[in-house]
Amino acid sequence: MSALLEIRNLHVTFGAGPDAVQAVRGVTLQVAEGESYGIVGESGSGKSTVLRAICGLAPTSSGSILLGGTELTAPRRAEFYRRVQMVFQDPYASLHPRHTVDRVLSEPLAIHGFTDREARVERALTDVGLGPSFRFRYPHQLSGGQRQRVAVARALILEPRVLLLDEPTSALDASIQAEVLNLLDRLRSERGLTYVMVSHDLAVVAHMCDRLMVMQHGQAVEELTREALRAHAATTDYTSQLLTASHGYTKAAS
Amino acid sequence: MSALLTVEDLRITFPTRQGPSEVVRGVSFTLGRERLGIVGESGSGKSQTGRALLGLTPPPGTATAKRLDFDGIDLRNASPKQWRALRGGRMSMVMQDPKFSLNPVMTIGRQIMEALAFHGRSSRAEKKARAMAMLEAVQIRDPERVFRAYPHELSGGMGQRAMIAMMLVTEPDLLIADEPTSALDVTVQIEVLRILDALVKDRGMGLIFISHDLRLVASFCDRVLVMYAGRVVEELKASELDRAQHPYTQGLMNCLPKIDNDTRPLPTMTRDASWAL
Repeated sequence: MSALLEIRNLHVTFGAGPDAVQAVRGVTLQVAEGESYGIVGESGSGKSTVLRAICGLAPTSSGSILLGGTELTAPRRAEFYRRVQMVFQDPYASLHPRHTVDRVLSEPLAIHGFTDREARVERALTDVGLGPSFRFRYPHQLSGGQRQRVAVARALILEPRVLLLDEPTSALDASIQAEVLNLLDRLRSERGLTYVMVSHDLAVVAHMCDRLMVMQHGQAVEELTREALRAHAATTDYTSQLLTASHGYTKAAS
Repeated sequence: MSALLTVEDLRITFPTRQGPSEVVRGVSFTLGRERLGIVGESGSGKSQTGRALLGLTPPPGTATAKRLDFDGIDLRNASPKQWRALRGGRMSMVMQDPKFSLNPVMTIGRQIMEALAFHGRSSRAEKKARAMAMLEAVQIRDPERVFRAYPHELSGGMGQRAMIAMMLVTEPDLLIADEPTSALDVTVQIEVLRILDALVKDRGMGLIFISHDLRLVASFCDRVLVMYAGRVVEELKASELDRAQHPYTQGLMNCLPKIDNDTRPLPTMTRDASWAL
């Protein structure tokens, strides 16, 4: 298995001196081409920081990140963003409130010098199940699920190979979550995309990802496959705890 | 079972430019000393229902009902004075996010003691003792520190416990919890629910638990009301949730991904216009 995306001993530290926060402390992972990889953890575990470090939004204090065998430089080259794109958690915050869907989708095309913008925008909207009629709407004219579809379309418009998903459904209602998860699943099988998905919801990650890593306090606690998770074959206490908690409230055990 | 709270035909209306919009349309239920869950998606009117029970419908909204009785008191015509005596004393509410619901410039201890000062008379030492006992009851390991702490010095889980302590220190008969654990991590969530569970059991309190998380509510409550577009579409025992009749409830149950089985694609919901009628 040759890894498309590889992270070696990544450390991310915010601030300096006595106030420094070590958000990620030595994370190593490999994601193969076409694979879907999940990172699970509670708030403050550093899971989102790992994703942000991959696309250059968080400072790497030591360690290296490799894409297709070559180490990434800081700042990232424009070519990097043709291959890797990110979908953020909250579609209410990540779409510009005064830009139409058309403008949101055209901007990356303009930056990367595409000429057939109109056709690409329409195709991207059709791909995420919205249709061209949504092209000239503003975010406030869309529901939460529709906004997240626009965010997915924005990420996919440059036809990247890797999609970084940071809690893509946690701001959505359960029934809308199912629709967005189905959409992501379909796009991955149609285009052979590679996903790295971060979530606090073990069930969502188990549904979407072949392999997953459990993080706590900035460190990887355990890496396991979907099958191992289903068989409840967690080797660490923390993962077992998460598994139990995700099944809902239990009265007796404490 | 004597009813602690009776609600009949509760309606909440907000004026809009397009004319009055009814967000809660004829909700009726009774509550004994039990755990009742209200489940629904955003905009279903579940939170507005909870707020109306405490007379906290934000203006210009108005709440009307055929009956709204709390332990023999008619809440519809309650005077501001009556409300003051009830709210925080005999009925209280835990909100979703401790960051926004605690006073940021007052220590936790002072906020808890303020609730006690408002409802009943006791000496300062007595109030402090009760506040400390309450903080211990919600399983705060270092109550002395939390008592002196300001809200920003506490983590989310700790802040939520402090808020629960504040709401329960007056020993209310009815607690309305609006998404009390949604802002918390799953493992902390379970701990907070255990505390609520024990308090319901030990003190015989009535609890209304409002949440969007059907799985959580089903495992925690005795009875569940499912709301859709301002109406209760189904009422059932939590243990019989898998035998739900209404397609909306079934849809809500089915669309959640499960760790143990792999349904692909996930079943989605086709909303029938008749559900909202």
